[in-house]
Amino acid sequence: MSEIRLTLKIWRQQGPDAPGRLETYESGPISTDMSFLEMLDVLNERLTLEGKEPVAFDHDCREGICGMCGAVVNGQPHGPEKETTLCQLHMRHFNNGDTLVIEPFRARAFRIEKDLVVDRSGLDKMITAGGFVSVNTGGAPDANAIPIPQKNAEEAMDAAACIGCGACVAACPNASAMLFVAAKVSHLSLLPQGHPERARRALDMVKEMDELGFGNCSNERECEAACPKGISIRNIARLNREFLKAAIFSNED
Amino acid sequence: MGWINSLYRSSVGKKSIMAASGMLLSLFLFTHLLGNSVSFMGRDAFNAYAEKLHSMGNLIYIFEIGLLTLFLIHIITGIILYLENLGARPARYSVNTSEGGRSWGSRTMPYTGAIIFVFIIVHLMNFHFTDKSVPVADMVRQLLGRPVLGLFYIFSLLAVVLHLSHGVWSLFQSMGFNHEKFNGLLLKGALVFSILVGLGFILIPVLALFSRSFLL
Ligand code: HEM
Ligand code: FES
Repeated sequence: MSEIRLTLKIWRQQGPDAPGRLETYESGPISTDMSFLEMLDVLNERLTLEGKEPVAFDHDCREGICGMCGAVVNGQPHGPEKETTLCQLHMRHFNNGDTLVIEPFRARAFRIEKDLVVDRSGLDKMITAGGFVSVNTGGAPDANAIPIPQKNAEEAMDAAACIGCGACVAACPNASAMLFVAAKVSHLSLLPQGHPERARRALDMVKEMDELGFGNCSNERECEAACPKGISIRNIARLNREFLKAAIFSNED
Repeated sequence: MGWINSLYRSSVGKKSIMAASGMLLSLFLFTHLLGNSVSFMGRDAFNAYAEKLHSMGNLIYIFEIGLLTLFLIHIITGIILYLENLGARPARYSVNTSEGGRSWGSRTMPYTGAIIFVFIIVHLMNFHFTDKSVPVADMVRQLLGRPVLGLFYIFSLLAVVLHLSHGVWSLFQSMGFNHEKFNGLLLKGALVFSILVGLGFILIPVLALFSRSFLL
């Protein structure tokens, strides 16, 4: 085990409407076996003992599957490692003496609650608007009663890997939520169970996304590169296809 | 026609309109280049070609109105998208690092677009709203042979290359086409298309500036 020392510049903000600013902290000795969040825990313990307010940040599973954690480290959501959430990012990827600027995910649709904690309920609202299938009655059908091509099942599974962390929004130069919406629309439109509500879903989810104040997609591909689950922008093309088909040819309005 | 309205109000709809107008403008650019290439065949051929175009009367008029409409749709939608996107992140990051997705072309779309807009106005003043009795070949030599104007044309055409290097791939993505098998080809094809079209156009001011025999 080796140890490194870092300079941390962390965004501190008391509340949604309070002004915020970057504060500088010395990390003290940090084991390279620690995760990024454990490094913040160490800092917070010290701040608490010193009688100062600890840094508020979101976390839950700490194993890369819940989508709760996330901050922007030196301009990159979830830090510099590809396909890695902040909780799974290990300190061995940093060097002794590095300066890390740690900021919250920024978007008009993501209100800052405190420090690094942002309100991402907009993502839930888009799911509520159409990211579901309605199965109102009946017993569980037999497995394999509806044949699904292996390829479709795999692509649907890849899209369903989205953990809803919001890194795509944070990484997008336009704060667009297209990758998130695209993952859900793809997941469901690739499977027969999703077909009855296909057109409605694409229209409603895009409408909700626009109303929440997320930006427009410019095909910059930053979301795909930042996504901790490696979700492809091919899903965005599929969303565009689903949406245009629904908006132009379906009878839904 | 309600569906057009709701299409235009949605983000994805606006992007598809950007894509469709961008595609038609790119096709226009390509035919414009084919036409201009007649200039490489010499003065008489080029003058005859311009003569032929002008003699098409109403057909050319209808075409011009269509082109103007396309440009207006593309520019106005582009400005709306740009402003909406700025508004979607009111507080900026203190550190900006690319994740590696963006390209020079994609980063600069609104700026290269603005350069092209200024260029189009200058270009129309030069060759459209002007004395049509002078043979085209002479106009090209006189105007583009001036260093300041010739260099401005070259600079603007480089902006077109940058705009299209992202735009031609992007328009397929916006219209829903991104296939595992073809995306690599499409990315390269878009780059090759924009560079070839750009170089073709740039050759004209370069020849006007440096060649002793071009269009004489
Ligand atoms: C010969 C002229 C032009 C051609 C061939 C052209 C072509 C294109 C193409 C193919 C796209 C990609 C569409 C997509 O991503 O789906 C695009 C995007 C764009 N164009 Fe143009 N364009 C031209 C002129 C202009 C002008 C004059 C402006 C602005 C004043 C402009 C502003 C933009 C902007 C801002 C975008 C990005 C939109 C976005 O991704 O949100 N373009 N253009
Ligand atoms: S804390 Fe659950 S994904 Fe990081």
